[in-house]
Amino acid sequence: MSIILDHVNYIYGQDTPLAVAALRDVCLQIPDGQFVGIIGHTGSGKSTLAQHLNGLLRATSGHIYFDGEDIYGKDYDMKKLRSRVGLVFQYPEHQLFEVDVFSDVCFGPKNLGLERREVELRAYEALRKVGLPDELFYQSPFDLSGGQKRRAAIAGVLAMKPEVLILDEPTAGLDPRGRDEILRQIKKLQTESGMTIFLVSHSMEDVAEYVDRIIVMNRGSVLFDDVPGEVFRHYKELEDVGLAAPQVTYILHLLKERGLDVDVDATTIGEAAETVLHALGR
Amino acid sequence: MLRDITLGQYYQTDSVIHRLDPRVKLGGTLLYIISLFFFSNPLGYLAAAVFLGIVIKLSRVPFRFMVRGMRAILFLMLITVVFNLFLTPGREIVSFWKLTITVEGVWTAVTIAVRLAMLIIGSSIMTLTTTPNNLTDGMEKMLRPLRVFKVPVHEVAMMMSIALRFIPLLMEETDKIMKAQIARGADFESGNIIKRAKALVPLLVPLFVSAFRRANDLAMAMESRCYRGGEGRTKMKPLVYQRRDRVAYLCLALYLAVSITVGRLVWLWI
Amino acid sequence: MGIVKAADVVYEYIRRDEEGNVEGITTAVDKVSLDIAQGEFVAILGHNGSGKSTLAKQINAILNPTEGTIWVDGMDTSEEDKVWEIRQTAGMVFQNPDNQIIGQVVEEDVGFGPENMGVPTKEIWERVEESLRAVGMYAFRKYSPNKLSGGQKQRVSIAGVLAMHPKCIVLDEPTAMLDPSGRKEVIRAVRGLNQVEGVTVILITHYMEEIIHADRVYVMDQGKIAMQGTPKEIFSQVEKLKKLRLDVPQVTMLAYELKRRGLALPDGILTAEELADELQKLRA
Repeated sequence: MSIILDHVNYIYGQDTPLAVAALRDVCLQIPDGQFVGIIGHTGSGKSTLAQHLNGLLRATSGHIYFDGEDIYGKDYDMKKLRSRVGLVFQYPEHQLFEVDVFSDVCFGPKNLGLERREVELRAYEALRKVGLPDELFYQSPFDLSGGQKRRAAIAGVLAMKPEVLILDEPTAGLDPRGRDEILRQIKKLQTESGMTIFLVSHSMEDVAEYVDRIIVMNRGSVLFDDVPGEVFRHYKELEDVGLAAPQVTYILHLLKERGLDVDVDATTIGEAAETVLHALGR
Repeated sequence: MLRDITLGQYYQTDSVIHRLDPRVKLGGTLLYIISLFFFSNPLGYLAAAVFLGIVIKLSRVPFRFMVRGMRAILFLMLITVVFNLFLTPGREIVSFWKLTITVEGVWTAVTIAVRLAMLIIGSSIMTLTTTPNNLTDGMEKMLRPLRVFKVPVHEVAMMMSIALRFIPLLMEETDKIMKAQIARGADFESGNIIKRAKALVPLLVPLFVSAFRRANDLAMAMESRCYRGGEGRTKMKPLVYQRRDRVAYLCLALYLAVSITVGRLVWLWI
Repeated sequence: MGIVKAADVVYEYIRRDEEGNVEGITTAVDKVSLDIAQGEFVAILGHNGSGKSTLAKQINAILNPTEGTIWVDGMDTSEEDKVWEIRQTAGMVFQNPDNQIIGQVVEEDVGFGPENMGVPTKEIWERVEESLRAVGMYAFRKYSPNKLSGGQKQRVSIAGVLAMHPKCIVLDEPTAMLDPSGRKEVIRAVRGLNQVEGVTVILITHYMEEIIHADRVYVMDQGKIAMQGTPKEIFSQVEKLKKLRLDVPQVTMLAYELKRRGLALPDGILTAEELADELQKLRA
């Protein structure tokens, strides 16, 4: 389902002395099935933006359209919207509460008012999709490792069969392998199901390999919005706002300065190796 | 929503009131509140208002900040006022349907509203200008004599100060958990009481798990910084009365004398 | 003997079921020996669950080894009457910044350790000031910790340990919950402590970029020390690191990839400059 944000503004604590503009005039168009990275440092408005996409926060002004329908329209069903746009928050500890993983994943579909068989079917399917091994289904969610908890939390949202999935910092606190595993699983989900996926993160390096498009947020506004290679061209501006392009970008720029004719738009190790070898004439 | 509660919050700035000994502020607040119940005429409240105004001015805390803290209890105030307004017997002013407003009713309602407002603003000045640590330090020292009766004064004070430090954190966390569960279709707002109580389970379980985790982490962190109870501990900010504290006590005494004298003058009461 | 020395340390967690019967035993730390000299910057690397945090907590006498011995500045950590002296000698910074700050105001938090140690009031103030200056947080001394960023909170926690005048600081994944700029801040502060103040640093982490400046690196896996050496030596073994669920910096990875594809590059390249220099040599 396509998403359009039209001049969206959001002010935290409006009408109080501590009011802060958390989103400023955000305009975006997201077509079906895209894998989008929303990048920004802490307080840049990236999480606020994510919470607007499923109606948890309501814009102070501006409009959001899903499939052409205004979600702030009078007859729009917010509850339905939340089941169509799944949001997984940063800490899985904030949502896991049931006695075992399976019941926990059932919570979402149960709230949709589905019958028991369907609920369990969906939970099972979702747990499968996130790659959680069967023997963990009936364990307490509190006994899982960090990566497993993360998977259980994602399954809990997937079981509602959303058309759009938003993941807020899904790799925080995981070790490098755990991080790669989760990201790969998400990528697989996206290619297999055709879901639109938003990945909210503060790390360019982590998302560069996976996403089709990067939206860089800074002080509540969209700073850049393009394919990864193009965004990383602005690596100097990114630094000014407390972000960094992947190390690869820096290496390639340095090599170029030293007179090696490399393509600085490469974003992954594989691409970088390719262009270095090419420049060396091998 | 939850962030609106200013009662118990500290407002960072530098003022005479901020620098006063917490014992002065604790004692002063207590006496001030008691004084509010002694007045029998408007003059007393006027004196109390003037005193409060001066203290607010001296504290350099913006007035709107204090008023914001009152929003939470506005409803309570309204109810009390309405009840007193209509249910106090006495000389009638207006009457419609079964309700009568009396002179006494108006007086009681106004008094109660004013008293409540002053009481809350008065005590919020104490918390706004005193760091909770400082406040518990003050309590600890004031209550020290109770140790003779085996009351664990230090431990209670430490517990309070930790609780105060964690309240904002847990509030923020509640907010996040609520959002996470709403995103999964949880409904905290509709249904009857039983349904609503049941709906709280997905909120309370993660909150408690997290609170216990934090408690565990904090205990470890405190131990690793050599915390072993009150014995042999020194203070970074020991409480010693300064000149300004003695002056403050004098001012307080003066205020009490003046306000109670004028507040109880009978001939002013109609 | 170094400031921290471990000899064949074993730590076992006993898992119990609901009735309290022993269900099984997990060996979190398995025969670890190490010797860390005063003034060194040592990094302990490992994936989640490799036993590195359990090891760290034993240096601070929060946990006691099931077998083997740990000495901190010559004191055996299992001797109960030495506990406080040990904790003062080897201070500890934990992962979650919110769960280790006790004070409501930055300076009060930093003063908490010295207060517990019974340091006279005047000296507490001196210690608080110098510690906050050392981590660059002096300007924030009157702030509420809730108003600080994650990186700033962790620097306050470090100052809190520093005010106890330790000879050694153990940092247990101090950056795991921070964003990239917070991570940089904290690592910069830690390096400053080591180089300027001469405090021994034991940094536990799973971020590779953070250990480049360490004097020595231990890599842990399944409770054992799987690798040790200088960062260069460690990063020369890309495949082994990958097997241990770890990563290498992108530049090291790129050099490794280029070498695999036939370029004559040395192992363990750690910076972009190094790689550029080496490629320059190849072209000449």
